[in-house]
Order: sequence, then structure tokens, then C-alpha cells
Amino acid sequence: MFIVNYIKEVLSAVRSLLVGLRRTGYYFTHHKEIITEQYPDNRDTLKMADRFKGEVVMPHDEKNEHRCTGCTACELACPNGTIKVITKFDISPEGKKKKAIDKLVYHLELCTMCNLCVVACPSDAIVMAQTFEHSVFDRASLTKILNNPDSKIMEGVE
Amino acid sequence: MVEEIGNTTEGDLIINVGPQHPATHGVLHLIITLNGETIKKVEPHLGFIHRSIEKMCESLSYRQFIYVTSRMDYLSSHINNHACALTVEKGLQIEVPDRAKVIRILMDELTRIASHELWWGAMAMDLGAFTPFFHAFRERESINDIMEETCGARLTMNYIVPGGLMQDIHPNFQKRVKDFLSLYKSKIHEYDELITGNIIFQNRMKGVGYLSPEDAISFGVTGPAARGSGVSCDIRKLYPYDGYENLQFDEILETAGDSFARYMVRIREMQQSVRIIEQLIDNIPEGDFQTKTKAVLKLPKGEFYTRVETARGEFGVYIVSEGGTTPYRIKFRSPGFSNLSALDKMARGEKLGDLVAMMGTLDLVIPDIDR
Repeated sequence: MFIVNYIKEVLSAVRSLLVGLRRTGYYFTHHKEIITEQYPDNRDTLKMADRFKGEVVMPHDEKNEHRCTGCTACELACPNGTIKVITKFDISPEGKKKKAIDKLVYHLELCTMCNLCVVACPSDAIVMAQTFEHSVFDRASLTKILNNPDSKIMEGVE
Repeated sequence: MVEEIGNTTEGDLIINVGPQHPATHGVLHLIITLNGETIKKVEPHLGFIHRSIEKMCESLSYRQFIYVTSRMDYLSSHINNHACALTVEKGLQIEVPDRAKVIRILMDELTRIASHELWWGAMAMDLGAFTPFFHAFRERESINDIMEETCGARLTMNYIVPGGLMQDIHPNFQKRVKDFLSLYKSKIHEYDELITGNIIFQNRMKGVGYLSPEDAISFGVTGPAARGSGVSCDIRKLYPYDGYENLQFDEILETAGDSFARYMVRIREMQQSVRIIEQLIDNIPEGDFQTKTKAVLKLPKGEFYTRVETARGEFGVYIVSEGGTTPYRIKFRSPGFSNLSALDKMARGEKLGDLVAMMGTLDLVIPDIDR
């Protein structure tokens, strides 16, 4: 009886191994299914998801105008001190003083892509871009100024 | 002989596993006292990945501290965010819209499946099988793609915030989750074929690393590790939150208490998560995804505690507020820390070669243990 049980055990053990090997054999012969990204060979066709949080950018229109009022809501919302808003006072033709941004400094090296600044912005001036290849040789080039030079605030954005 | 175990005597060998060891899943340092090949004592040393998250949270506002918690248990970041958001909502006494609640549970369960998938692959890899890792990552990849589309990140989401969700779900969300479920169901039999039924795997798991229910309770072990010993501790069943009370699912219990029981709990738990997702995915109510909250959140003076069930066990958030915009003190009760403390009890008297198998079934995530 002992011998019979022993042989049964050995056979079931061999069977369990064969079942696993059949599964690996299936994938060995059916290797058409590509499940990973063939990065970087597919860099030209690779499209990230629309909401992918790559870095913070400030979109400008064709007249080089942005929507940032300099309210510093993003600066206050940021947990790491990634954003620094430097404001100045524009003097309008009527002689009125108006607050505007001089520079919106963005430290990519500190950013954790938590999206809190984008949510906090009342005028939708900043959005998340889908870029992800951020490595550079010089650390200083990770500090970016988001507004273009000589850019102005869009008409009607308060 | 039994009395000798635990006391270092002459001729014992003390070896270090880690902190930089591929089988410890991170920077865990174990000091092991050996008598020949038998383990006499396992002493975990922590502190290699301590980032002082609890202290950091004290200087961040109630909106800002959520993102740090994704970095603790990075495999169940949604569930960590969920726990923190629940605690803040408890303090503010706000009610979250039904739509947000349902999406939160969907995200939690998807995260749980993804976490168990990774555990399954890594577990098999610890025992020397490399193929299952790729099979597990195939399914996990599709969950990550769903997360990327809706939350904008693959690992550190920061999606569940006080008051609801950060954004509404992506229009493709429901379709892609259904695609994932059909993919998952067509592949689930491979898990049993490759690993569960394998005789080498079973011999290495069965009867190894026994943890009695009494020990599990006294060490504070929670989650699948405790349910493998027959301790009922599923927070989703015992203290339901955000609508888990209306769902049909089973709490998985195994009574053997060995490594194989803990393994089976996780395998069967994935199917329960699929069951929960199937109940909810067609029934996401219409409405807002967020309640209106003030720009600056201020919790009233007092203490607030919430617990949720992560993929590893009970995760608790304890906030002491002085009435200001930042918490006075935050304490996270992480499941991994308590589970790791039971490793010594499990490993005593076992062989060194089985230690990795026992650690694998505890599903340790070191940044969660060492915040």
C-alpha cells in the first residue's frame, strides 16, 4: 500500500510540473503578444495619457499671452516650495498700477507631480504637460521660468 | 533543546541579511542567529529608509499631506490616500458624494489586485521561479495603464483628496476596467497551473512558518497574514467605510497558519476584489465627484482616527489637531511594521532557506514599515 501511495505521489508531482511547463511552452511558441512598451524604439509613436503628470507648463497663445494673474495660489498650494511667483507692477496707459507676474520660477527638481497647483489655479494658467524625459547634464537647467519673455496677460483674465 | 532556542550560545553563527539584499524587497536588515542551519533568532533592524514622513506631515496643510502618504506603502497608494482623506473628512464632518465613494472603492480594489499581483510575482521570484514575475506584471501593467489614464500617474497617484476626488474619471475608465476584468479572468487559471499546483512550491510552503492565531493577535498581525491563521480582521467587513457595507464579498479565511495558507488568502482575495469591481463598475452614480470645501481646511480641536484595509492589513491614521491649518501630530499605523514583528516568532526553529519564503508571504513593503 505504501508503494502504491508513493508512486501516486510521484506521478502527481511530475504531472504538476508538466502542467506548469505546458504553460511556459505555450508562451514560448506564442510570442506574438507584445505587452510592454518597446521604449525607446517607439519614441516617435509613443503617446502618453492625456492626464499624465509630467511637468508643469504655462500655455501661451499665438500673441504670446498667458492667463497668469500672479495671485500666488499655486505657490501656497505647493507642498515643496517648487513654484516661486515673482510679481511686478505694470503701469497701464491710464497711469494705473496693475499687478502682473515678472517670472514664474518652477523647480522641476523639487516637483513631485502632485497636481495641487493646477487644481488651485483660479484662472487655469498652468497645466500638466505629458513630457517625461527630464534628465539633463546640468542641475541648474531644471529650474525653469514658465512664462515666455515679454509675454503679457491675456485680455479679460482677472 | 527548546529552551536553548532564542539564547545565543557558543558555536552559534550570526549572519546579516541585508540591508542591500535582493530577497528583502528593499533596505531591510535582518540579523539572524543560526545554529547550524536552524534559525534561533531573527532580529529586524530598521531605519535605512526612514524619511520622517510623520514629522513632515506636521508642517503640511490638510490638502498637502496626502501626497506624502502615497510614498509610504507605494503599492497601495490609493488606499493610503483614502485613509487620510477619510480622517480629514471625519474632522470636518463633510459627506462625500456617492459618485466619489464608488470610484474610491473601485480604485482601492484595483490597487489591491495590482498589489497582490506584484506580491505573487515577487514571491515566486524569491523562491527561484522567474517566469511568474512576467505573468503577474502583464496584468498589473493593464491596471497601471488604467490608473495613468484617470489619475495621471502610475504609482504615486494623489487622486483621493479630502472632499472627494481630484478629477473625475476618464471617459474610457469603465470600458478599460471591463477589458481588464475579462483579461484577468482568462488568465487566472495560469496562476494555479504555474505556481499553486507546483509540487516544489507546495513542499516549500506547506507547514513552514507557522503562526498561531494567538500569536497573530498578540503581535498585532493584520491583513492576509493574520487571515491565513484564521483571525478575522478584515476592516472592510468589521468597520465598513465609504459603502463597503452594501457590497457582496467574502472575507477570506484559512486556518492552517502556514506560508501556504497566507499565499492562498491573497490568491483568493484577488477574486473577491474582482467580484467587488464587477458589482460597482456598471453602477457608478451620476453627480459630483467632489463636495465644495473651503480653500483652507481647518480641523476642529480634537483627535481623529480612521482605519482602512490596505493590501497588507489594517492601516490607521491618527490626527491630533489644535484647530489650526496643519496637524499637531500625525501617527500612521502601518500594517507592515506589526507583520514584520511576527517574523521572529514564525522563523524560530525553521531552516534558513525557508526564511525568504516566510518573508515573501508577509508581503513586506519596507517604506511602509519604515516611514
